[in-house]
Amino acid sequence: MEDLLRIAGRTFRSRLIVGTGKYRSFEETRRAVEASGAEIVTVAVRRVNITSRETENLLDYLDPNRFWILPNTAGCYTAEEAVRTAHLAREAGVGNWVKLEVIGDEKTLFPNVSATIEAARILVRDGFAVLPYINDDPVAARVLEELGCVAVMPLAAPIGSGLGIRNPYNLRIILEHARVPVIVDAGVGTASDAAVAMELGCDAVLMNTAIAGARDPILMAEAMRLAVEAGRKAFLAGRIPRKLYASASSPLDGLVD
Amino acid sequence: MRVILNGQPHTLPGSCTVAELVAQLGLEGRRIAVEINREIVPRSRFAEHKVQEEDRIEIVHFVGGG
Repeated sequence: MEDLLRIAGRTFRSRLIVGTGKYRSFEETRRAVEASGAEIVTVAVRRVNITSRETENLLDYLDPNRFWILPNTAGCYTAEEAVRTAHLAREAGVGNWVKLEVIGDEKTLFPNVSATIEAARILVRDGFAVLPYINDDPVAARVLEELGCVAVMPLAAPIGSGLGIRNPYNLRIILEHARVPVIVDAGVGTASDAAVAMELGCDAVLMNTAIAGARDPILMAEAMRLAVEAGRKAFLAGRIPRKLYASASSPLDGLVD
Repeated sequence: MRVILNGQPHTLPGSCTVAELVAQLGLEGRRIAVEINREIVPRSRFAEHKVQEEDRIEIVHFVGGG
């Protein structure tokens, strides 16, 4: 049976979700997204530059008929700004999903949990499929799930930090209780971090800087694709328990005297 | 007619609709959203919605982000 990621009634083969920030060009963005195998791509909502008259747009390079576009509310510090941004994104015509981000602190970019919950409640009521970015906090995850979010997205470490999975035990607690997909969002630094997230049983991993900031983003995108696949397969296969002492792999019977 | 467009003072040649403004800016057919005085103007109303003196207009699109 095919192993599919299901979110809000849609299915995806890839369990890697990628951001589109920090690339040197739209062409590099496109090539990295292709190499990652991602089907869900997150984008930010910003003012059109009226004075420069850009002729090209990100979505000229990422066809919304081919990629599922997940607008985000990155950069919003209040529930009101996040709700407003989500409505603008929906009006721009790429569907009703939103990666809800309400930042609480400039230096750590940790989420403002109460404002995130407030915004999520409004957006769920307004008919959005809400995917909130949260701390690795099992209580926040439960509250957001109960109010109707279609997934929860705990951070592994601060956004862009590349520190990897800082608290696998909290993620395990979130995973044990969640009935919606759990997507690790933020903090992944390299392929092994993504594999660890998937081995824990996370449903997907979302990353941006780990790919865009690598010396060779295209190669790192491919590494992340393989790591997410490997980690998922290892999770499904069921790892062996950790033991303190050795256990021989070769039979003891039939040894020559 | 003077308006505030994306936070900057902007002069329009005369009375115009949102559709005309969008066309002047070369944004026709783009995935954009328009908000005037904090109210979203649905795409279906671009052609009829007239821009008023001193309107605060926001026009947004998608950019790279994570």
